[in-house]
Amino acid sequence: MSVVIEQPNQPRSRKNAQWEKRAWIFMRISGAVLLVMILGHLMVNLVLPERGVKSIDFAFVAGKWADPFWQVYDGIMLWLALIHGTNGMRTLVNDYAEREWVRKTLNIALWSVAAILLILGTLVITTFDPCIDPDVENYLPGVCKP
Amino acid sequence: MARRPAGTLYRGKIGMWSWVLHRITGVGIYFFLLVHIMDTALVRVSPEAYNSVMAVYKTPIVGVAEIGLVAAILFHGFNGIRVILIDFWSKGSKYQNLMFWIVLGIFVVLMAAWVPRQLMHTFGA
Repeated sequence: MSVVIEQPNQPRSRKNAQWEKRAWIFMRISGAVLLVMILGHLMVNLVLPERGVKSIDFAFVAGKWADPFWQVYDGIMLWLALIHGTNGMRTLVNDYAEREWVRKTLNIALWSVAAILLILGTLVITTFDPCIDPDVENYLPGVCKP
Repeated sequence: MARRPAGTLYRGKIGMWSWVLHRITGVGIYFFLLVHIMDTALVRVSPEAYNSVMAVYKTPIVGVAEIGLVAAILFHGFNGIRVILIDFWSKGSKYQNLMFWIVLGIFVVLMAAWVPRQLMHTFGA
């Protein structure tokens, strides 16, 4: 199989170059923000609770998302992390997928998964209902039933 | 085969291996992120559904795997800061080697502080 290599002296289209530059800048800005946010996320969910990972259940999430701060925090983290991760995977696909149709298919798959999970995650955070279950008293004593 | 050029950041030695590790940890974190968004989405299904998937996180196997996840995140995150400094700091590429060892130092300190706790929670009462 022969690989077609672009003319090295042929500049990318202006639009394409702009897009790649913005993606490159996004990776650095989002990466720095994500490091801080994820360390905070791990701290609050895994380190500070007395029983560590064993503290996490529905009531724990409901307790956090009762505060809009954590809804916004988790929403920002969702968008930054998934776009950062998807763009990183795109870089790998572009590096290692040699056949054009494989590369295109994988990239379409990556961005489709990202779109679906961004919509799903955003809906879950914004429409979260701590009283979703009629027996929710078991999980959140005194919050759901008057 | 021609000899490889020495001193190129992404060929051979620490520059290359940190780059390889950055990619591998990135892929691992990416796939965990997909799973993590979906497991968290279960809070919208029912408390039972969410609690049952969280029970999996509390098993010894996943508890130990989580150490690998946090290790990947810490390396990827702090090495990412190193990458940013190489890109934007005028002396970044001069000190990239030293910065790698600083990244590793931060990694070791944070892991040493957290891993015993995680093991106690995972295997303790």
